[in-house]
Amino acid sequence: MAITTRGFFGRHREPGAEGRLPPGQHLTHDFPVLSAGPTPRVKLETWSFTLKDGPRPVAKWTWDEFNALPQTPLMRDIHCVTTWSKFDTNWEGVLVDDILAAAGMEPSTPYTLAHSYDGYSTNVPFNDLTNGKAMVALRYEGQPITPEHGGPARLLVPHLYFWKSAKWVNGLQFTTRDEAGFWELRGYHIYGDPWKEQRFTGD
Amino acid sequence: MATPGKNSVSPVTELNPNALPTSTIRWQPATITKIVHNTPRVSSFWFRPSEPFAFKAGQHVDIRLTAPDGYRAQRSYSIGSAPEDSPEVELTIERLDDGEVSPFFHEVAQVGDQIELRGPLGGHFVWNVGQGGPLLLIAGGSGVVPLMSMLRHRAAQRSNIPALLFYSARIWDEVIFRDELLAMHEARNGFELAFSITREPARRPVDFSRRLDMPIIADLLRRLPANPSIAFICGANPFVEAAAQGLIDAGLPAPLIKTERYGV
Repeated sequence: MAITTRGFFGRHREPGAEGRLPPGQHLTHDFPVLSAGPTPRVKLETWSFTLKDGPRPVAKWTWDEFNALPQTPLMRDIHCVTTWSKFDTNWEGVLVDDILAAAGMEPSTPYTLAHSYDGYSTNVPFNDLTNGKAMVALRYEGQPITPEHGGPARLLVPHLYFWKSAKWVNGLQFTTRDEAGFWELRGYHIYGDPWKEQRFTGD
Repeated sequence: MATPGKNSVSPVTELNPNALPTSTIRWQPATITKIVHNTPRVSSFWFRPSEPFAFKAGQHVDIRLTAPDGYRAQRSYSIGSAPEDSPEVELTIERLDDGEVSPFFHEVAQVGDQIELRGPLGGHFVWNVGQGGPLLLIAGGSGVVPLMSMLRHRAAQRSNIPALLFYSARIWDEVIFRDELLAMHEARNGFELAFSITREPARRPVDFSRRLDMPIIADLLRRLPANPSIAFICGANPFVEAAAQGLIDAGLPAPLIKTERYGV
């Protein structure tokens, strides 16, 4: 049962945010940077993205090969677990559907783990990646994604808290069970639905 | 060429199962017991949670404020006090003029007020004496808060693990915990302290008066008896990124460097 805070009235309610701002979130117009370690130095010449079925690599793309896959624009609101949300962010990249199609792969399990150049990982159920819901984004607001925002490529799963949208992504792996990733092992929610406010374990 | 799973930011083996929540961390009322003005823009608010909790130095809590119409604002604040100060926790809050929650604390909150919080949260940016050292801490502005918890923990444990804090602030009077840090330094128990006051001359021979650069990093590393086994950097994002890249250029392996950032 929430208590009312003496003397707190809130600065303002966001006009137009009604129904668009998940509980506990506030709207931001800039783009805060959060990451658990240094920004890795990723070179396009050596960049690759690997699709794996368990331990087995199924397909691997270089930067040029990956850019030759179908590119899809996606405009979405994004929600960070640290409570900021940002509306109408514009991304462009390769839908996970198109990655699987290019590999000629059917999903082998309902679970995936995304991997990144810095050792980061995060788990996302395959259902949350398919049917146009998620992509490996290569561009943000018409420009290459900057390194601090996850460039050259980041996962984009906008309907889940943004830690699921792994920066510096370099692989997607189907796993036999739902494997907790980096933050999920450190107390953050295994699924992370902003509308259910699934921030931490047990929420 | 990085391989998933290799070169991990933080190997799973370092996880302390005791630090991981096994059940929901619930919202609870906490009472403000003390307010300390650290600098013109920064004050510390001491909270007594109704259900005390143990935490690790570096962890944070979430605070939520509720208006009469049900509107809520929620923010995360690092704990500045040592785990040994439990059950009370100190949240050191900088007033942000365009903020919503920090002005409430600075203008409205009083001793005796009940505020909802939950914690402890965050299982990555944490240190205890069991992890050893040498410990390299780099703070920009109010980023010193979680690092202060680590240093207070080290002091409370009477540890002599080599530790160095580099703390960058614009002016001398904006240095949070300044006198306490100077006193810690005086104890000469393996703790080295270097301020960099970017808009004023350095006050002490060991201090600097410029932004962190490679010569400063090289100088700092020479003040530790061995290379750091772990480094924590906290502050505004550009500061943190510059410091992290500088440490990598100085030869520190990226997996040893933990960052906590705010801002764009």
